[in-house]
Amino acid sequence: MKYMLLIYGDSERWGQLSDAEKEGWMGEYFGFTQTIVDAGEMVAGDPLQGIETATTVTIIDGERLVTDGPFAETREALGGYYIVDVADLDRALELAAMIPDARTGKVEVRPVVDMGDMSG
Amino acid sequence: MSAGRERFEGLVRQSSGQVLASLIAHLGDFDLAEEALADAWLLAAENWPRSGFPDNPEAWLFTVAKRRAIDRIRRERQRDDRQVSAQVLLDLRTDDAATELDAELEARDRSGIGDERLRLIFTCCHPALALDAQIALTLKAVGGLTTDELARAFLVPSATIAQRVVRAKRKIRAAGIPYRIPLGHELPDRLRSVMRVVYLVFNEGYAATAGDDLIRLKLADEAIRLGTLLVELMPDEPEVAGLTALMLLHHARRDARVDEAGDLVLLEHQDRSRWHRDEIDRATALLDRAVRRRRRGSYQIQAAIAAVHDAAPTFADTDWIEILALYHALTALDPSPVVALNRCVAVSFVDGPSAALAALDDLDLPNHHLLWASRADFLRNLGRADEAVTAYRTALDLAVLPSEQRFLAKRLDELGAGPS
Repeated sequence: MKYMLLIYGDSERWGQLSDAEKEGWMGEYFGFTQTIVDAGEMVAGDPLQGIETATTVTIIDGERLVTDGPFAETREALGGYYIVDVADLDRALELAAMIPDARTGKVEVRPVVDMGDMSG
Repeated sequence: MSAGRERFEGLVRQSSGQVLASLIAHLGDFDLAEEALADAWLLAAENWPRSGFPDNPEAWLFTVAKRRAIDRIRRERQRDDRQVSAQVLLDLRTDDAATELDAELEARDRSGIGDERLRLIFTCCHPALALDAQIALTLKAVGGLTTDELARAFLVPSATIAQRVVRAKRKIRAAGIPYRIPLGHELPDRLRSVMRVVYLVFNEGYAATAGDDLIRLKLADEAIRLGTLLVELMPDEPEVAGLTALMLLHHARRDARVDEAGDLVLLEHQDRSRWHRDEIDRATALLDRAVRRRRRGSYQIQAAIAAVHDAAPTFADTDWIEILALYHALTALDPSPVVALNRCVAVSFVDGPSAALAALDDLDLPNHHLLWASRADFLRNLGRADEAVTAYRTALDLAVLPSEQRFLAKRLDELGAGPS
């Protein structure tokens, strides 16, 4: 089954880290990515640019409305994601717990709808 | 009720959990397993009274239900919305005749169906499900309680329970919650979550006296049944034995803990001849075996405390020094304020009410009625009646259960004071 691991963290934390800390953090992410690549469980995964770069689009009465940023009330923001293909939820949860940001933020685990199943 | 009818209903109660668990494990689909089992029970109700009960009713039900499930899958194949296990796909390909049913019935009758209930319990108590859903699903799927029984037990509408169960089953399927016993390193955490569900079920049946008494007694019985099953299936886990012993030791006092008016009777005033000695002995033996494994845990310590109480011929004979030592050990494992409050009560019997009162001041439980009730007891024992009255009144304001309110009102009455 495919799962999306959505990584939420403090959007201001990254800016407060020293260069050495940033390097250590990146190293942990490379290590995690390598683990799931080696296990054949990696489908996709990327970090996202900061929340200050986000733009929101909605259509109201047929008009496209573009606004700056998401409607966030907390500093917690989506910072990146992985899509993994694993046996079951237990393995997905195990991987989620290995993501470095699980220690400072949260990782939401969502099953991906298999469109192959829905077409029949 | 005829003997056959009675035997049949006994079997429904006794066998449903085990057969359902095996079907879910085999089919990989909760709803399909339930539908197929219901079909099989209907057939059984028609056939067994006529042609006699099978030697191995579980094997009969499993085999017939499995066939029914395969028939259903065949009929629904166009829609292809069933996620079934690889084993069933294999069955679909290889067998196509109901004529083989007799052969399989015969084979199953000898080999049995195995016990998949443990897998099912771990799935029902998966932490990815909401706690109230874990409880409802476990009692329904493993315990065989009906939606109406659960609604009466938890004092919520049947529709609420039904919705909880439907949502939980949907999440199990959509989120890919597996039907398996967790691997070694996951086991301690997951087992804790199973034990928590079982103990919550027990407390729901035991602690409250509001609501339908019969159904609550059934909850306590069911929790003990689940605990006993877990002990049988996981004999190497001392905390599982500790939990089951704890429940048995409390439940053994059931006939003495409530008086005719439905009021709680304190341990101090209970008629100990009404305790179920055989259950206490069984629990104590279970606990002794668990403790010998030398892996202490909070259920084992709580059971040991209950065992010390149950072993005392009279309240005056209670070994409070032993109980206080056990509370010290428990506080180290579980630093919750409620445990600390109970330790204060033990302190009052070992070191006197002054020491207990001082210990109470260190607790962070400002709005708990039991804290105020304990404070009031200590003050009363110190002869500080006016302060005791104030504390009992605060406790009375905070208490929710009618039986506890009546108890506190009685205490106030004894001190010559009214409720406010």
